[in-house]
Amino acid sequence: MATLLEKALSGDELSIARLLTKIEYLSNEGLQSLEELMKRAGKAHVIGITGSPGAGKSSLIAELIEEYVRRGHRVGVVLIDPSSPFTMGSFMGNRIRMSNKNYNGNVFIRSIASRGHLGGISSEALMLIEALDGLGFDRILVETVGAGQTDTDVVSGVHTIAVVNVPGTGDEIQALKAGIMEIGDIYIVNKADKPEAEILYDTIRFAVESAEIDYRDGWKPRIVKTIAIKGVGIKDTVDLFEEHLTYVKEHGLFEKRIRERRIKMIELLLRRVLNNKIFEIVKENEELISKEINENYNLISTLQFLHDKIKESL
Amino acid sequence: MMSQQQKRIKVLVAKLGLDGHDRGAKVIARALKDAGMEVVYTGLRQTPEQIVKAAIQEDVDVIGISILSGAHLELIPHVVNQMREKGLNDVVLVVGGVIPPQDVPKLKEMGVDEVFLPGSSLKEITEKITKAVETKRGIKVGNST
Repeated sequence: MATLLEKALSGDELSIARLLTKIEYLSNEGLQSLEELMKRAGKAHVIGITGSPGAGKSSLIAELIEEYVRRGHRVGVVLIDPSSPFTMGSFMGNRIRMSNKNYNGNVFIRSIASRGHLGGISSEALMLIEALDGLGFDRILVETVGAGQTDTDVVSGVHTIAVVNVPGTGDEIQALKAGIMEIGDIYIVNKADKPEAEILYDTIRFAVESAEIDYRDGWKPRIVKTIAIKGVGIKDTVDLFEEHLTYVKEHGLFEKRIRERRIKMIELLLRRVLNNKIFEIVKENEELISKEINENYNLISTLQFLHDKIKESL
Repeated sequence: MMSQQQKRIKVLVAKLGLDGHDRGAKVIARALKDAGMEVVYTGLRQTPEQIVKAAIQEDVDVIGISILSGAHLELIPHVVNQMREKGLNDVVLVVGGVIPPQDVPKLKEMGVDEVFLPGSSLKEITEKITKAVETKRGIKVGNST
């Protein structure tokens, strides 16, 4: 009988889906399959789409999928939405923008909750990228959680970063700040039919032009205007992505980024393990900690005690 | 070593058919989120094919369908058939909305696991869904923290 991995490799969607679940939950079969898939991976162009909540990332992705399929690609999509810090539940609404059209197995879309990871991307998302890459999807779009100014971890996960901006969200100062406005390879001005779109465009251009720093790997960021829900600017956007891909390949950066992505995946996986341990140990010792800190003021010895506990448990 | 993480319930919440009333579906989706589940909300005007397609790719444990048009006896069999055809035999199917009580046995006979009528409490819904997942999917669910 064919294994789940074999069935997934043959393109069976349900098998792909179930394998991805095994991978994201770190089951033995999942991890072993991922190891196999990683041997086949390293071919896909991985593109991160980031930006603030409501900027239009999902709507853009829906259109980008269409365009890539038209150009003959197999597209994998990973949509990350936040988990609740209170219940760890998640309301993932990105897929509502996707038409769920039948692309005959050429498009695979998967939503994933951030599960406590910060930084816009998660170990699970990076594992899904590896898996989809290994399964033969040659363009992979990753939508980060609606990003704040410092959610820049996505840099280490992808070949190309598109930062989606919308008009009316601030002045030049926002564009000049550190963080998310430094990481884009391509800046997308979405909702370009709104007033102030020109101002935003000029603002970003000013920020890009006035930079005296060396651009990341020598690529000067590009800016493109889109109206996602009307399909305007989508071809130009994909053209820019492809141009960046060519640049990345010509400068020997394609493999380099994959290596970085895998290091990030390992780092985030370890962080996940450690975070769980810390959470458990703090919870187990809640009463003791509370007493030592609030009544006896033993800050240093309590920290030392917990530190040793964590060490023992690893 | 890496240890397997505890499974969270993943639910697809969708509006089947043409009625445009999605407040109920949104309230349910939000309640399931608050109960610690991971909810994929696909919104209005979905066909049975679209719903099952999304459920496959997302590998959800539960498909939750909201329908207020009165067409449930017409449309639900299409969902059930699609699910069987695609091998989703272990996925829980629940339906909620404006459904006459006398239709509940009919829906259950078709293969619907739970039917939630107007007035169902959010607590009852989340508890029943959790239970159905544990029996049908054969997994232990860890949804609190």
